[in-house]
Amino acid sequence: MAGPSINALEQFSLTTGLGPIGRAVNFTNSNEAMLAAAVIIVGMFAVGLRARALVPGRIQALVEVLYEFVHNMCTDTIGEEGRRFFPLVFTIFSFILLGNLIGLFPYFFAFTSHIAVTLALALFVFLFSTAVGFYTHGVGFLKFFVPAGVPGWLLPLLVPIEIISYLSRPVSLSVRLFANMTAGHVMWEVFAGFMLLLVAGFGVFGAVAAIIPLGLNVALAALELLVAGLQAYVFAILTCLYLHDAVHMH
Amino acid sequence: MRWFSAALLLTLAPSAAMAEGSTMPQMNFSNPLTLDQVGWMAVILVVLYVVLSGWGLPQIGKVLENRAAVIARDLAAARAAKQEADKAAALQIATLSAARSNAQAELAKAIAAAKAEAAAKAAALDAKLEAKLAESEARIEAAQAAAMAAIKPVAAEAANSILLKLTGSVPGQDELTRRVDDALAARKAA
Repeated sequence: MAGPSINALEQFSLTTGLGPIGRAVNFTNSNEAMLAAAVIIVGMFAVGLRARALVPGRIQALVEVLYEFVHNMCTDTIGEEGRRFFPLVFTIFSFILLGNLIGLFPYFFAFTSHIAVTLALALFVFLFSTAVGFYTHGVGFLKFFVPAGVPGWLLPLLVPIEIISYLSRPVSLSVRLFANMTAGHVMWEVFAGFMLLLVAGFGVFGAVAAIIPLGLNVALAALELLVAGLQAYVFAILTCLYLHDAVHMH
Repeated sequence: MRWFSAALLLTLAPSAAMAEGSTMPQMNFSNPLTLDQVGWMAVILVVLYVVLSGWGLPQIGKVLENRAAVIARDLAAARAAKQEADKAAALQIATLSAARSNAQAELAKAIAAAKAEAAAKAAALDAKLEAKLAESEARIEAAQAAAMAAIKPVAAEAANSILLKLTGSVPGQDELTRRVDDALAARKAA
């Protein structure tokens, strides 16, 4: 049977956005989604800060909850020094969260499903936390790779392991986000394409049977909503953890 | 059941097509857009960071601080008011108990005074009654004595005349007087 051809990966292909200007400067459709995320974040702050009410309205409460959530995450994980990194962590967290969430809407590009994007973010976090470590402790930061209280003869084995695990941080950080978002969107597309194939292959009977993949997609939507929030949280908390290691060395 | 197995086959078809056919656009690094999007992301993120760290977050922080300050101030005011109220309540209780004990003392004094007065009055009345009683008794005694004295000649004369009628002779006057005295004394004793 010749059904419509389904390509679950087409949704990730990059094109240029913003018309001829975007084409001239290679501003992509994923950058459009990033811009949308940034505009939504700033817009939320603008609306939330309009009243500055003692008893907040909805948007103000939302912004305040986000602020306090990330602020507590920073101070709880990094310690009091976390205040310095709070704007950075907040920017990364809100950017990824909004990117994950608007990627769930039809016609919106999920830029967190691109390994180049997540790897760039993860590499930035990795390099930044390493820089913070050397800035705070100088060369002494290298002692981070020497576990305390370990017999000397084990060190030739443990130090390389520590270094490898440290270097694998950006990989795990980026692949976790990329794989989660990609898998979710591929599953959606597969089940949605499956509905088209059912209708094409079985006619009315197939249309009735398509309720099953439709129901699965509805359930997946709930799961993806959870994943969108969870992965943004995981990325932010791991950023905090890496900064904690850089500041406290243990 | 048949369409279900067909359905299973169909589910696997796209993933199979994915595996053999098209590569992932995310891994297509020959496309300049793949890396160019990272450059634009850096621009967007820097702007977002500057806006958030310079304006958005401090403003929200100020709002939260302001709220915390207002709440702390209100709590302090409430605590002070409660202290004031506690003090006033304690003062009221102390005043009340002082007034009560004062009143009780006053009352006790008044009762004691009234009791003393009543006792004095009763004693005076007693004394007066006692005196009256004594006087009356004395009067009765005197009247009795007078009556006794008056009855003796009559009794002696009656005894004399009875004896004269019975015996025909006049008894010795000394003996008679003595017997009459004895009889009267015996009667009086009884």
